Amino acid sequence: MNLQTDDFALFGLPPQFAQDKAALDSQWKVLQAQAHPDKFAAQGAAAQRVAMQWSARINEAYRRLKDPLTRAAYLCELHGAPINAHSNTAMPASFLVQQIEWREALDDAQTDAALEALLALVNGVKIDLLGECAQLLDVQRDFAAAVLPVRCLMFIDKFAHDLNQRLDALA
Amino acid sequence: MALLQISEPGQSPNPHARRLAVGIDLGTTHSLVASVRNGVAECLPDAQGRVILPSVVRYLDVQRRQIGFDALAQQSSDPGNTIASVKRLMGRGLADIANAERLPYSLVATPGMVKVRTIAGEKSPVEVSAELLATLRFRAEDSFNDDVYGAVITVPAYFDDAQRQATKDAAQLAGLNVLRLINEPTAAAIAYGLDNASEGVYAVYDLGGGTFDISILRLSVGVFEVLATGGDSALGGDDYDRALADWILAQTPLQVASQEDQVMLFAAARACKEALSDSEIAPVELDLSVGRIDLSVNRSEFEAVTASLSARTLQAMRKVLRDSGLGKQDIQGVVMVGGSTRMPQIRTLVGEFFGQTPLTNLNPDEVVALGAAIQANQLAGNAVASDLLLLDVIPLSLGIETMGGLVERIVPRNQTIPTAMAQDFTTYQDGQTALALHVVQGERDLVADCRSLARFELRGIPPMVAGAARIRVTFTVDADGLLSVAAREQVSGVEAKIEVKPSYGLSDDQIAQMLKDSFSTAEADMRARSVVEARVDAQRMLLATQSALNADGDLLQTAELQTIDAAMYALRAITASDDAAAIEAQTKALAEATEAFAAQRMNRGIAQALSGKNIATL
Repeated sequence: MNLQTDDFALFGLPPQFAQDKAALDSQWKVLQAQAHPDKFAAQGAAAQRVAMQWSARINEAYRRLKDPLTRAAYLCELHGAPINAHSNTAMPASFLVQQIEWREALDDAQTDAALEALLALVNGVKIDLLGECAQLLDVQRDFAAAVLPVRCLMFIDKFAHDLNQRLDALA
Repeated sequence: MALLQISEPGQSPNPHARRLAVGIDLGTTHSLVASVRNGVAECLPDAQGRVILPSVVRYLDVQRRQIGFDALAQQSSDPGNTIASVKRLMGRGLADIANAERLPYSLVATPGMVKVRTIAGEKSPVEVSAELLATLRFRAEDSFNDDVYGAVITVPAYFDDAQRQATKDAAQLAGLNVLRLINEPTAAAIAYGLDNASEGVYAVYDLGGGTFDISILRLSVGVFEVLATGGDSALGGDDYDRALADWILAQTPLQVASQEDQVMLFAAARACKEALSDSEIAPVELDLSVGRIDLSVNRSEFEAVTASLSARTLQAMRKVLRDSGLGKQDIQGVVMVGGSTRMPQIRTLVGEFFGQTPLTNLNPDEVVALGAAIQANQLAGNAVASDLLLLDVIPLSLGIETMGGLVERIVPRNQTIPTAMAQDFTTYQDGQTALALHVVQGERDLVADCRSLARFELRGIPPMVAGAARIRVTFTVDADGLLSVAAREQVSGVEAKIEVKPSYGLSDDQIAQMLKDSFSTAEADMRARSVVEARVDAQRMLLATQSALNADGDLLQTAELQTIDAAMYALRAITASDDAAAIEAQTKALAEATEAFAAQRMNRGIAQALSGKNIATL
């Protein structure tokens, strides 16, 4: 066990897409109870520094495992199929067309109800893609094939973020 | 992990000897100090039995000052030298301060943080705050007839990096060892949660004299997890006073002509506001230099005048709820903190928003200091086998400036701290050998709309074509919520690092100078103090190392053990001397010698925690 140990091993959880939220939360607290700098407040600078590194590392792993999108991306990467979000930008035409339609719908939406309807639509597509990820990652264990739905989910996440900002602005 | 209590050699034969640890609520309007005595947190009173210290400092001349009630009493007769609400100035430049022209004292625009012009010279808000902190420190030391080992100081959850750093600097100036800065709503939740043995999700609505915070926390056995926090670090009871004062004046033909009048009018407005919490109508009678005011204000008038202020808190509540990913129905209780939550309109507003009656069974003035004291007691190692764990978040996003004045966010708000996050950047031009980094904090997309925290440069990048360099910028936020930034070019290994401090706050040199100029002026005094402090640090380090060796010494190879033994021996040998610098150097040497050991122990601790948990759940 060290700072380079992978997220799943660090949390003592099976290295798979399907995760039990309650187990993840409780492991996080068990680990922080061990490593948090507050537990070493009276033990000198060296112990503080180590505690801070570990505590930050545990938070990083927790953040990545908690969100299904980052968890899926991480699994792909662990199995030699990196997402390369920045360099690899080729997406299927049908997906891009759908994105353009959503963007136009977002620009046109003037009411809370219109935005909420769009959000529901987006969330539906998101759930389908997450199901596809689960199938590819946990059942077929085809990590290279899972890269595409993960990349689609990244687009959707960004779109949902912009949509939520519009909702905030309207409120 | 249970910490063993060990009394300092030769200091006390009592095995239960404890370190004096205090919690301090450094408030806009008033400040308090609390400590855990016989297992119970309590606020410490002054000689007159008052637990509240008005956050007011009056400078009489270069040497003398009044602090607290004495200063408050002179506010209207000497407004220019009587500094109230200094918290609003912490970590702020002149341009940041709303209504600066209406303050009864005059501000000086100095680079970084604003200063106040007084009869005793220009005073930094850090120095003024240090006077308040030192007063509370002395109060605690008198109460227990002991030195303060360390303090937990509370800050508004919505304080940014500059405001937090300024608070920590003030504590250092007051001679306090800061165990931790913690957020006010979190401190309140500790006091509330432990008192009521509560579990579930709670909202803490904290409206103080000058700041507003709203936090959503999940409470489970011993764990206080902040899910999201929001607020406004320039909104509080002061603003309600000002709005009411303006309205009162508008009912008369009078115009305020002097700072004395201004102070009296505000004081009358505040008294009227407080009276309106208990009655439907309250009188305002006062004699200004320009004439007499004699009228009455009813509650609905007051509420109408201040409705826009209350609405701002409502907006923040909506946002924080969204950030937490929860709905109103998930909130089990709403805890009210801060004197301003006594206003009936606030209780109604919060009650209507969350659809439940807010909890007001704790004294809203004391609860923050009490929670801080509980945490201080634990951090000092007094609470045996206690497993209180705070998992707090950073309130505002952190990022750096990219091309076109846009912000690239590196640490999004509401991340659990401590945290380290990195992002890669590249060069813009062929042959570019340096990179200027501008660190900002805030939620807006334009750099101009965010707070500038620091600027620094990474130099010595080997010339490459544009876009070829890989510059990794790492933001590290520690458990106090304070940021440090490092940049490293991955190909060449060129590095630059900054504790985000010099560009807005006070440099270490300035702090050293202020320390020299402050209370403990006598040089011999200072030297004696520094030797004592160095010895205490050395003893602490020796004890910690010895107990680590007892627990996990088997992890070490013989040679490693010998190195640590030698460093301990050398430190023991030098602690008897009067050379503070030499003791400090040797303490540091021991810390370095044990660094690898500390890492090994942590690895073992984590592995054990995991296996213990797995066995328990199987």
